[in-house]
Amino acid sequence: MNDILNVLFVLILTLNLFALGNGRILSIIRIVAAQGVILGIIPLLMHSELSIPEIISSAAAISLKAIIIPAMMTKALRDVKIKREVEPLVGLLPSTIIGALATAITFLAFARWNTAVEGHASLIIPTSISTVIAGFILLTTRFKALSQVLGYLVLENGIYIFSLLLIEAIPLVVEMGMLLDLFVSVFVVSIITNHINRAFSSLDTRKLATLKE
Amino acid sequence: MALLLILFPLGIAGLALVIPSNRLRPWLLPVAAVLHTAVTLLVLQNPDRQTYNTWLMLDPVSTIILITVSGLFFLASFYAVGYLHHRLERSNRFFVASLSAFLGLISLAIWSHHLGLMWVAIEGTTLVTAPLIYFNKSKQSIEATWKYLLVGSVGIALALLGTFFLAYSAIAGGKEASLDLFTLLTTAPDMSKLWLKSAFILLLVGYGTKMGLAPMHTWKPDAYGEAPGVVGAILAGGVTSGAFLALLRMYQIVSAAGEGAFASRLLVFMGLFSMLTAAIFMINQRDFKRTLAYSSVEHMGILVLGVGIGGLALWGALFHVMMNAFTKGTLFLSAGNIHRAYKDKNTDAVQGAYRRLPLSASLFLAGFLAITGSPPFGPFISEFSILNGAFGSGHFVAGSLFLLFLLVVFIGMGITVLKVVQGRVPPEVEHSEYRDSFLTAFPPLAFLLTVLILGVYIPPFLRDLITQAVSFLGN
Repeated sequence: MNDILNVLFVLILTLNLFALGNGRILSIIRIVAAQGVILGIIPLLMHSELSIPEIISSAAAISLKAIIIPAMMTKALRDVKIKREVEPLVGLLPSTIIGALATAITFLAFARWNTAVEGHASLIIPTSISTVIAGFILLTTRFKALSQVLGYLVLENGIYIFSLLLIEAIPLVVEMGMLLDLFVSVFVVSIITNHINRAFSSLDTRKLATLKE
Repeated sequence: MALLLILFPLGIAGLALVIPSNRLRPWLLPVAAVLHTAVTLLVLQNPDRQTYNTWLMLDPVSTIILITVSGLFFLASFYAVGYLHHRLERSNRFFVASLSAFLGLISLAIWSHHLGLMWVAIEGTTLVTAPLIYFNKSKQSIEATWKYLLVGSVGIALALLGTFFLAYSAIAGGKEASLDLFTLLTTAPDMSKLWLKSAFILLLVGYGTKMGLAPMHTWKPDAYGEAPGVVGAILAGGVTSGAFLALLRMYQIVSAAGEGAFASRLLVFMGLFSMLTAAIFMINQRDFKRTLAYSSVEHMGILVLGVGIGGLALWGALFHVMMNAFTKGTLFLSAGNIHRAYKDKNTDAVQGAYRRLPLSASLFLAGFLAITGSPPFGPFISEFSILNGAFGSGHFVAGSLFLLFLLVVFIGMGITVLKVVQGRVPPEVEHSEYRDSFLTAFPPLAFLLTVLILGVYIPPFLRDLITQAVSFLGN
């Protein structure tokens, strides 16, 4: 079982780097969706005995992160008729390299300082932090509003990975609440991006610069 | 009782979505508000009603926030009716629904003793307030809403990560993970200090973004500047108070773990830095709604400074939550009236407001005096307690800087406010038929009177409540 889990964590990290190195927004949506599927499967593999709440939360996570949100993003993308992120603040290759370096540093630092941690945690924590960092890089170096939302989703996936350690502390109601919040935020944001596109004839957030001192 | 406070406003929000009349719909807000305030009073009278289950219960700290938010919403809801009746040209369906849903969600955040549930509720308040900022549907309001959502979402995501770190610090310390406040307080001494400190930093940045502490305040001037006045009042007094409550919970846990000194240092620094940032941007500020936003940054700084110093200053900070919310009510609502009468918020055009709107302009001026800590208003008492606490506990540098920043803010804000209120209406400003009416002028007046009365006389029950809250926070 542990071997499969290890492979899945490595896959998540690889997908982070693919997301950083890809200029087509549709591809990034698919990468984030694939990450969503993996995130939904992991909790099912972590425990030998499955309980009903775990199955419900996995099913909810997969349907939201892998189906509903990607579908909303794809529709938003089609509505605004753009395809790729042109001229990001940091190029695609450099941002992939930065992401890879950050991942390596996180794993090294963790192995050095937290030798006491055993079991799944030794892999979950650095994977979570690296994914949060990858999301943060996407969020801050891309200018198209939709790319920034995708960055936020990767960041959110990273935080979700951390929650795998805390299953007993997070009851089902709270977990559903978190997923509901995520759904509503993507819903609100996709409406706003549509309005940005109509008002500014562009999704470039650099045009949102009238309000300043 | 807890469920009534949470679910009734959410039900009203649902009702707002289906009621067809644009003119009748806003009256749903006072309905939600009156019931919320009535239930809050019932809860205050009877301590048996303050516990619903282990997740939803009130303690002295959250009771203070509940009174603050309920009182703020009570008066603001009537103002909202007056405001929306001036804006019948556009649909207020989502406005009314969002505002009412906000009341339900903030009540959930206040009652939550499960920090995960509290996070869900606070994130919810961010999402439902976004459509409120967007109400005017101008290019500027889109920009403000986008920044609010993006910065707010990232901040609140970091707060979630911090919440998880907090739960994990119990596991790392060899205990069972939990996010229940009382369990956390019991296990705190055994928690892993490294994880706990990381959790505190993430939560301070995360909920600090929601409060608008510098340097995470960047969304605030834009959002407060573009949102209607009543939304500004709700954001500055309601949303921020909820996020402050979340920070107080974390502060309490860190203190219980014996790391109070670490938390205090960070809070004092963030508090002073926010005051400094606000003071700098308030000098020469020509947009009077942005001035109010920076004033909010300043007062969030005062709150965390008070908590960081502790003792008497903590007492002052808890009283200041209430005083700040009500005074911001006066300021934002009267500023909203002035904005409508001029259709502009730049002080080059907005001058001589006293001639155009005598009541609103006077309230704006009095609100300025109140918020900057002039006697006999309530904020004088709270700010003086913080100052007293600072010097009494040997925080001489922090206390002196606090005084200095208050002075700079008084001058900077005073220049803008006096420019708005005094003088003649510039001849190029077009004529306006807008006048103060009962619904738009009474709520800010009532806020001011409340602040005035509490400045002269603090009822014993409130004084005791705050004292209990201080000892509750000190475990």
